[in-house]
Amino acid sequence: MVRVDGSGNSQSLICVRGLNKTYSRGGEKIQVLQGLNLDVDKGDFVAFMGPSGSGKTTLLNLLGGLDVPSAGSITVDGDEITHMSGSKLTQWRARHVGFIFQMYNLIPVLTAYQNVELPLLLTKLSGSDRRKHVETALAVVGLGDRMHHYPRQLSGGQEQRVTIARAIVSDPTFLLCDEPTGDLDRKSADEIMALIEELVGKYGKTVLMVTHDPVVAARAHTTLHLEKGVLVEGKASRQSVLAGGAA
Amino acid sequence: MKFRRLIFANLFRKKVRLILTIGSFAIALVLFTFLAVIKSAFNRGVEIAGADRLIVVDRVGLMNLMPISYADKIAAIPGVKAVAHDHWFGGVYQDEKNFFPQFVIDVENHRKVYPEFIVPDDHWNNFVKDRQGAIAGAKLAERFHWKVGDRIPIKTTLYGGAVWEFNLDGIYHTEKPDGDQGQFWLQWKYFDENVPSVIKSTAGWYILKLNNPDDAVRVAKAIDEKFANSSHETKTQTESAFAAYFAKQFGNIEFLILTIGSVVFFTLLLVTGNTMAISVRERTGELAVLKAIGVTDRSVLFLVLAESVAIALFGGMLGLLLAWGAIPVISGALTGMLPPLLLSKTMLALGLIFAFLVGAASGLLPGIGAMRMRVVNALRRV
Ligand SMILES: Nc1ncnc2c1ncn2[C@@H]1O[C@H](COP(=O)(O)OP(=O)(O)OP(=O)(O)O)[C@@H](O)[C@H]1O
Ligand SMILES: [Mg+2]
Repeated sequence: MVRVDGSGNSQSLICVRGLNKTYSRGGEKIQVLQGLNLDVDKGDFVAFMGPSGSGKTTLLNLLGGLDVPSAGSITVDGDEITHMSGSKLTQWRARHVGFIFQMYNLIPVLTAYQNVELPLLLTKLSGSDRRKHVETALAVVGLGDRMHHYPRQLSGGQEQRVTIARAIVSDPTFLLCDEPTGDLDRKSADEIMALIEELVGKYGKTVLMVTHDPVVAARAHTTLHLEKGVLVEGKASRQSVLAGGAA
Repeated sequence: MKFRRLIFANLFRKKVRLILTIGSFAIALVLFTFLAVIKSAFNRGVEIAGADRLIVVDRVGLMNLMPISYADKIAAIPGVKAVAHDHWFGGVYQDEKNFFPQFVIDVENHRKVYPEFIVPDDHWNNFVKDRQGAIAGAKLAERFHWKVGDRIPIKTTLYGGAVWEFNLDGIYHTEKPDGDQGQFWLQWKYFDENVPSVIKSTAGWYILKLNNPDDAVRVAKAIDEKFANSSHETKTQTESAFAAYFAKQFGNIEFLILTIGSVVFFTLLLVTGNTMAISVRERTGELAVLKAIGVTDRSVLFLVLAESVAIALFGGMLGLLLAWGAIPVISGALTGMLPPLLLSKTMLALGLIFAFLVGAASGLLPGIGAMRMRVVNALRRV
């Protein structure tokens, strides 16, 4: 169950309460998030939509512990990350979050295999255990035969699949995707979405994804819209727009 | 070190840039070692000087000669073990380019004050008996392919311009292999007979050996007091002070070397610092992704430093290798003009430390920048 009204019980995997994020540019303050609430359960697949500049990336960065909110709290699996120090947060990210950005994901001088192995270098796993995990992750994304290719030898869609393999290799608590198909053509985008659906459906992953593309968003269980610094559910939003238009 | 593959891969990212940076380090290190060997060559006289030897010169200057009668007066001072007198011959062998130092030695006392020069007894005995005899250092004999028995003509420049002929009676070696084996010795008696009358019965300087090095100050003072208010006042110094004074005659080598060395250091620092800054900036997005997946800030600093230090050490070693090959050749080509140039292990170690420091310093600012960079800002700056 995904809720945006702050009514979720404390059992939910991700629990966001009263989240505020304010940037100051020059002397002027920009309120991006204003008292945002969100509850996501394990195994949910959520898409965030909203106009450019509405704060989607900002929200994802906060959820992933890459940035700190101006006010409010984020609790993941019982850990309140909003109170963690910088180095604690880094450790927490390594254990709990898999990131898939729109671009700049892969290190160009490392092979697909070596890129996927990176998160495991931060663990205590032995070399042979690492190899098992990397091979499994690459097999899941269908690139078992491209392990020793460099990013420039792969297509955009394949690169993004390597990124997904890297995001899942350490079996994180949830995945954050910021426009994972933004740079891809329709066909590759469909393949990536099929893969993400499989991760959710078959492997029970929890995925939070930002997208501009309604077709992509439609594959998520729930689509939430960022409007005026808070999240609203897809239908409610459309109704409010209609209601506004009728009035 | 789990990130070694990443560090290694990063090194080879831009091959031309890598080669140029390594090249700068190599050239700088060649220059560095070259300066170091020249400096040490000029200082060697100071380093190998005997602590128990004093040199007495005329207070007015090295070119002023003193009466030969001073020898006995100096020998009479308590604490003096032996005294020898010496002269600078300053002749030319075949061509001015063939410069080597020629000393007019005091046959009776020379070996007492300079035990480190080893002459086989048969060579020495022949030399003592032969008025026109001469002894050459092993390196000098090797340089001109002289053998015992050769006749060596030397044209004087200071004493009338005639050509004097010498018989090479012996070759000397030194205890230490890097000792001075480039001198040429002739007998004072032969010299004294043939020089113009104003030079007769003089000494250029005196060398004396002490019973105890601790007496150096007292003996030096006693000598200078003894000849105070005479027509030739003296200045007595330890041999190392004398060698330093002598080296200064060539100009302020230390200052020159320090200046060139600093310019090289700062140029190298700027060049590599700039290169590292550029390569870190190019990788901003990647470094941000690394941080996002949980690489700590400190590891990011380490990655940058490891890269710049690796380049520095590699380039440094290459430069030292080149210097190691080139210095004997250069030294050979400069024989006579400069003391022998020797590349010691200490200098090699210093060179590597120098390279390491420049490498670490040039990676430090870009590394700290990468460490402080915030992921969200880096990913946004696209
Ligand atoms: N570091 C910052 N300093 C100042 N303002 C910022 C900063 N980061 C983001 N903003 C502002 O916050 C607002 C939200 O930005 P954000 O990137 O979250 O939007 P977005 O919904 O992801 O947009 P897009 O769809 O274009 O990616 C924007 O107005 C942006 O200009
Ligand atoms: Mg965005």
